[in-house]
Amino acid sequence: MRRVVVTGIGVLNAIGKNRTEFEQSLREGRCGIIPLTDPAHREFRFSNAAEVPNFNAADHFSLKEADMIDRFAQFAVVAAREAVAHSGIEWTSDLRENSAIVTGSCIGGQTTEDQGFFDVYKMGKPRVHPMTIPKTMANGGASAISLEFGITGPTFTIATACSSSAHAIGQAFHMVRSGMCDVAIAGGSEAPFSYGVLKAWEAMRVVSHDVCRPFSRDRNGMILGEGAAMLVIESYDHAQARGARPLAEIAGFGMSSDAHHITQPSAEGAAKAIRMALKDAAIAPEQIGYVNAHGTGTLVNDPTETRALHLAFGDHAKRLAVSSTKAMHGHTLGAAGAIESAAAIIALSTGILPATINFNEPDPDCDLDYIPNKAREAQVEYALSNSFAFGGLNAVLAFKSFS
Amino acid sequence: MNDDLTQRVLTIIAETQRKDPALVTIDSSFEELGIDSMDGVNIIFALENEFNINVPDEEVKNIKSIRDMVEGVRRLTDLQEKPTA
Repeated sequence: MRRVVVTGIGVLNAIGKNRTEFEQSLREGRCGIIPLTDPAHREFRFSNAAEVPNFNAADHFSLKEADMIDRFAQFAVVAAREAVAHSGIEWTSDLRENSAIVTGSCIGGQTTEDQGFFDVYKMGKPRVHPMTIPKTMANGGASAISLEFGITGPTFTIATACSSSAHAIGQAFHMVRSGMCDVAIAGGSEAPFSYGVLKAWEAMRVVSHDVCRPFSRDRNGMILGEGAAMLVIESYDHAQARGARPLAEIAGFGMSSDAHHITQPSAEGAAKAIRMALKDAAIAPEQIGYVNAHGTGTLVNDPTETRALHLAFGDHAKRLAVSSTKAMHGHTLGAAGAIESAAAIIALSTGILPATINFNEPDPDCDLDYIPNKAREAQVEYALSNSFAFGGLNAVLAFKSFS
Repeated sequence: MNDDLTQRVLTIIAETQRKDPALVTIDSSFEELGIDSMDGVNIIFALENEFNINVPDEEVKNIKSIRDMVEGVRRLTDLQEKPTA
């Protein structure tokens, strides 16, 4: 099997309009949670979210282009452009034909759909916009990236709720590792701030009234976020042949399904995915130095994830550095696995482990080292990114430092 | 004592949980009825619709039993009937 490396990262979220800003914010522990900007979104039981500030499609697309794709697909293209530029890849006709695109999205373009349905149901309009279907489809981001670069290889989208983009990166990793393709663009994007979608989250009663405080005893829920991250993934040989400097190696990928409950997580299911990632990477638990946790900040997730880490790591769990960057960029749903993989790779390559910010007090049920409030300098060899979705679908990626 | 309000709450719980109404009493525990946290959120949604009330998130955290649900609905509907202003 071939070694697989990451050679480019593109990020767009509440704490960074690009990778450099994201890296700086992770280091500083900046919180991107703000009151929802749309006045129509101010009547929920929660009022804060991690929006991408001042995103203007016209800064990135011609108006005609922007009209053709939903905000979540615009995010996907912006992140993919940055990842490709960062990787230094130059597209040849051969490379375009053989490269893959795998994206993740939880809800696709439901903002567009919501507007169309509002028009017909509430406003009594007789028709919705003809672009409603193509803008809503969850593969809108993957298709837009394909059009952007003229890539004609295997291109598709994975929808596994909050694990979507972790599954997407894992799938792309397998495709490159097996030799099916040399290069893949993989990641995810999400833009969930429409009235109907916010109403649906309100109904679940899992969204915090103030901020996201993962693993802190006074945590009171998640904060919804939007954004995207894309990785350029390629075989080590391909990267080496073109003189590219890998940012990290993708060492392993583990997947599992809880078969337990449609919304409640299971420590056993999560632990299984972690164990499978370690097995796939052929590494011992003791080799993992940092875990970018799923860490949603809900009452149920954080102690369950802590139990999963105990189950998978045994005695080593107490020596792990664990943090949830969702306290900074919110829970970006289908983009979360990609944004947090980017955070884990940045941690490996810079030697700075991001903190769990907004952490107030330890919880006896969350008894690990969560890097509270302040980033930490530490060179670690391997890092994990955990994603545990509603529906019980777990995806864990293992990255190796390339220094 | 099963007054009308109690009976309506119990009926809603039985309907949302697809249970035989005879099995749902004010003293039933969530465990006996197999009600988990997501079921609880679904029941509260149905109660909000039935009684035209809004149950704040903070109140939801304190609901530990069927009796808490009945008393909570009673408190919120009483508030509606006797506005303090």
